[in-house]
Amino acid sequence: MSAELHKTPLHALHVELGAKMVPFGGYDMPVQYKEGILAEHKYTRAAAGLFDVSHMGQVRLVGADAAAALETIVPVDVIDLPVLKQRYALFTNAQGGILDDLMITRREHDLFVVVNAGCKVQDIAHMQATIGQRCEVIPMPERALLALQGPQAVTALSRLNPEVAKLTFMTGGHFKLDGIDTFLTRSGYTGEDGFEISVHENDAVALARKLLAQPEVKPIGLGARDTLRLEAGLCLYGHDIDTGTTPVEGALTWAIQKVRRAGGARAGGYPGAAIVDQQLAAGAQRKRVGLISTERMPVREGAKVVDANGAEIGVVTSGSLGPSVNQPVALAYLGAAHTAVGTPVFALVRDKRVAMTVAAMPFSPHRYFRG
Amino acid sequence: MSIKFTPDHEWIKTGADGVATVGITVHAQDALGDVVFVDLPEVGKHYAEKDVAGVVESVKAAADVYMPVDGEIVEVNEALRDEPALANTDPLNTGWFFKVKLSKPAQLDALMDSTAYDELVKNS
Repeated sequence: MSAELHKTPLHALHVELGAKMVPFGGYDMPVQYKEGILAEHKYTRAAAGLFDVSHMGQVRLVGADAAAALETIVPVDVIDLPVLKQRYALFTNAQGGILDDLMITRREHDLFVVVNAGCKVQDIAHMQATIGQRCEVIPMPERALLALQGPQAVTALSRLNPEVAKLTFMTGGHFKLDGIDTFLTRSGYTGEDGFEISVHENDAVALARKLLAQPEVKPIGLGARDTLRLEAGLCLYGHDIDTGTTPVEGALTWAIQKVRRAGGARAGGYPGAAIVDQQLAAGAQRKRVGLISTERMPVREGAKVVDANGAEIGVVTSGSLGPSVNQPVALAYLGAAHTAVGTPVFALVRDKRVAMTVAAMPFSPHRYFRG
Repeated sequence: MSIKFTPDHEWIKTGADGVATVGITVHAQDALGDVVFVDLPEVGKHYAEKDVAGVVESVKAAADVYMPVDGEIVEVNEALRDEPALANTDPLNTGWFFKVKLSKPAQLDALMDSTAYDELVKNS
């Protein structure tokens, strides 16, 4: 018996635009439109791609104690996050493993949180169970979320409100876009400049059509979203990070501000802190790295990685042909001894050994707007 | 030159000298999406009907390419190896995968003609 798939407010629009629909995170989502994944990916890096990410969870945390409460479940500085600034965060478990990755924005009257679609139900339950007594945890299922990404995103969006051009990376605000109320941040999941726009579901289609009417903008599916984030070196929860990986193993220590580390003013106090601090001090046994190949065969999730002697040293957690770099790229966890950039390794694909090299991430340079 | 089809969405066109050309159908490439890599069979090697002769990979997935008939591989499409997108843009002509010398030409009789294949795709 199959559970019925949810639909986002833009479902009919995707079908109208000729999308190939697939299940993702419990939703019926566009994996591509007519042009295909390679063209959609390259277009986003050249111009502006519009993504429907309404399947993701939007939640607001309300109350004077919300930031302090949230700090008890994330290893991140929330208390000192300035108004209208956004930060990447992780929910951890008692073993220091990652329950989900998320974005937090401090707004005037609340903390605005965006979580992954596949973890939405669990994350909301987690917040309600752990901090629901200290602040209000208010899911926002009536909101849609659109991502406009690419070097021409700001040009296109500025036509709907010129003020958005003043935002820098990881900042946000309330903006009327051609009369439609939204809350948006200058951030995204592609490595390009761009915006993530929260809008009421009743206005979602109208806003999407206004954006698609801009000459720079085309609709882009989840297939290209995955190749874009992979080239940007960004993790996909459930693949590159999960309950069995710590933030240190996941090479995400940049997300743990000093104030939350051992010795900091608000050190620890989140699940698994002792393990994370120990790994920050001594290093982890394995680490997430980027791999790149000069051959043509794509190397995908699950492929074993071996050294020159054939000894197993790790596993690939994400991989594909990178359409912009035009080479197979992958994310993998390797034993600490093999993680230096330039280390030659082999991925096992069917009965072949594919030569790969540990590479610095991102594979495609980030082009965030810092002002 | 007659064209036949397999239920695995390959086509096979027989030429004069008992050598047939094999590729994937329009339906197959549409279902796969953008082809980014092809693994072609070894020239000179003999395969049996339904053996995995190669692999065609799109951005999202890898799919086996099966032998429609018994035979020896006499040529593979090097242009396709260099430009996998030919499998999408011209699957029935320049996007061909390999040529096989048929060892049992009678096997072709069991394969579907255009009409039967179109029915299969329509009902899938």
